[in-house]
Amino acid sequence: MLIKRPQDIKASEITPESTFRQRRMLLKTALAMGLIKTADLSAQEDLIPLNQKESGNREEPFPENGRLNNLKPWPSNVSSEPTSFEDVTGYNNYYEFGTSKTDPASNAHTLETHPWTVTVEGEAEKTGTFALEDIIKGHTLEERIYRFRCVEAWSMVVPWVGFPLGDLLKRFEPTSQAKYVQFFTLNDSDQMPGVRYPVLRWPYREGLTIEEAMHPLTLLTVGLYGQVLPNQNGAPLRLIVPWKYGFKSIKSIVRIRFMDEQPQTSWNMANAREYGFYSNVNPDKSHPRWSQATERVLGGNIFSARVPTMLFNGYAEEVASLYTNLNLMTNY
Amino acid sequence: MTRRFLGLIKALVLLACLIPLLHLLARANGLGDLGANPVQEILHTLGKTSLNLILITLIITPLRKETGLIWLVGLRRTLGLLCFCYVVFHALTYIALDQGFAWNSLFVDVTQRPYITLGFISLLLMVPLALTSTNSAQRRLGRRWAKLHRLIYLAAILGVLHFLLQAKIDISDPIFYSIVLLLLLGYRINTWLKSRQAIKNRGNS
Ligand code: HEM
Repeated sequence: MLIKRPQDIKASEITPESTFRQRRMLLKTALAMGLIKTADLSAQEDLIPLNQKESGNREEPFPENGRLNNLKPWPSNVSSEPTSFEDVTGYNNYYEFGTSKTDPASNAHTLETHPWTVTVEGEAEKTGTFALEDIIKGHTLEERIYRFRCVEAWSMVVPWVGFPLGDLLKRFEPTSQAKYVQFFTLNDSDQMPGVRYPVLRWPYREGLTIEEAMHPLTLLTVGLYGQVLPNQNGAPLRLIVPWKYGFKSIKSIVRIRFMDEQPQTSWNMANAREYGFYSNVNPDKSHPRWSQATERVLGGNIFSARVPTMLFNGYAEEVASLYTNLNLMTNY
Repeated sequence: MTRRFLGLIKALVLLACLIPLLHLLARANGLGDLGANPVQEILHTLGKTSLNLILITLIITPLRKETGLIWLVGLRRTLGLLCFCYVVFHALTYIALDQGFAWNSLFVDVTQRPYITLGFISLLLMVPLALTSTNSAQRRLGRRWAKLHRLIYLAAILGVLHFLLQAKIDISDPIFYSIVLLLLLGYRINTWLKSRQAIKNRGNS
C-alpha cells in the first residue's frame, strides 16, 4: 500500500522533520489519487473500564519505534511551513517540569507514559478508568497542521497527530447535564519536579464547554511530526484547541470530568483578571500586561518581524458560530 | 594601591562585564544559537545583565566599608556605565528588534503597561547619572553630585519592580533580586540612622 512507503525509506529518515516532509508529499499524492480511505468508526469496540476487563494484560498503545503510520491527511489552511521539530520540542511551557522554556525538554524524561490510564467521571453514562490503548483503538489518526498561539504572544505551526476529541467523548455517552468538560494533568512529584513548587494549583486543570469539546477542530493529540508525543509536549495524550491560547491545550491528561457548571481552570484560578475561562485568541483583547495584536513566530532570526494575530487564531470561519451570543471583550 | 593595579582591575572588570554581550553576539553569529525565540533571548539576557550590574554597582560601597579596600570605589563608575549601556541595548532590542519601531504601540506600552512604564523611568533616571559620570562633572557639581547620584537607588528599585511585574507567574527570581536590593538599601538606611544618632549624641553632650 502506498501509505506504508515511509517505512521503506528508513535509511533516509534522519530527522523526524525530514520524515514528515517526505510523508506529507506522499500523502498529498495519495489523497489526490483517491487512495486513502476515510475513518472506520465501526472498528471501535465498546469502551470497558480496566477493572471490568477479563484480562489484566496491557497492550502497548503505540508501535515500539514511536512512528505513527497510516495517518489520514487533513486539509490545513496554514500556508506557512511548520516550525522545526527542534523548536516545537525544545521551547515549551510545561510548568510541571520547570518554568523556563527549556526546562521541559531537559526534565520531562522522568515522565512514565506507559501504562497510562484516563479516568472518566461525572455526567456521562460510561464512567470509570480506561486504558490509553483502549481509548485510542479504533480511532483513525489524522495529521493536522495547526497554528499554535501562546498567550505570551509567540506562535508556531505544528503537524499534530490525533483524532477529534468529540469522537471519543461520544463513546462515554454524556448526559444532557453535561454542559462542560474538565480535564486534569497528571500530578506526581516523583515524575514531575515542578509540582513541588506551588507556582500553579496542581493538578493542572482545564475546561471547555461541551460545544467546544465536541467541535471537530478540537483534537485529542497523541503525536507530532508523525511520531508519538515527546514527553515535553504532553505525552501520551493531550488536547489541542487551535483557536484558544496554548494553555487551554492541556497536556498528559489523566482525568476527564463531564460537568453541569463551568469548571475551574488553573490559570484562571491563579489570576482571573489575566486568564479567562474562554481564552480565545483575540488580537483586540490585550492581556493586561501586554498586547495580543501581534505575535512572534518561533524559528525566525533576530530581524524577523512580528506578524498580526488573527481572531480565533485564524479559525474564525469554523468556530465563530460557537460564540455568537457571547461578548468576547468581557468573556475573554 | 598603585594606579597601574587599579587600571588592571578596571580592565578586567570591563572585560568580565562584556562577556554577556560578547556571548550574545557569538550566539547570534552561529556560535551556538539563541534558541527558538532569539529576540526574546537577547531581550532577557540584556535585561538580566542590566539588573545584575546595577546591584553589583550598589554593593561596592558596603563592600568597601566592610573590607576597607578603598580602591573598590574606583570600579563604581565603570560598573555604572556598563549597566547603563546594557539598559540602553535592552531598550533598543525591544524598540527595534522586537517591536520594529512601531511607535504607536510603543507609546501605548510606555503609557499603559506599568512594567514598561517603570523600566522606562528607570532608564530615564540613569541618563543624568551617565552624563555626569566624568571627573569634571563631579568637580563642577561638588556636593550636589553625590545628591544627584542617589537617583541610582530609585533606578534600581524601579528596575527590580519592572522585573517583578513582567514575570508571568513564577516570581522566584524577582523575589531573589528584591531581597538583595532590600539588603543593600537596608545597609544604607542603617548607616544613615547611625550617623544621625551620632550627630544627635554629639549635640546632646
Ligand atoms: C525603556 C526601558 C525598558 C524597556 C522598554 C524594557 C522592556 C522590557 C521587556 C519588553 C521585557 C520582557 C518582558 C517579557 O518577556 O514579557 C523586559 C524584561 C526585563 N527587563 Fe526591561 N525594559 C526597560 C528597562 C529596564 C531596566 C532599566 C532594567 C534594569 C535595570 C530592566 C531589566 C529587565 C529585566 C531583568 C527583565 C527580565 C529578564 C528575564 O526575564 O530574564 N529593564 N524589559
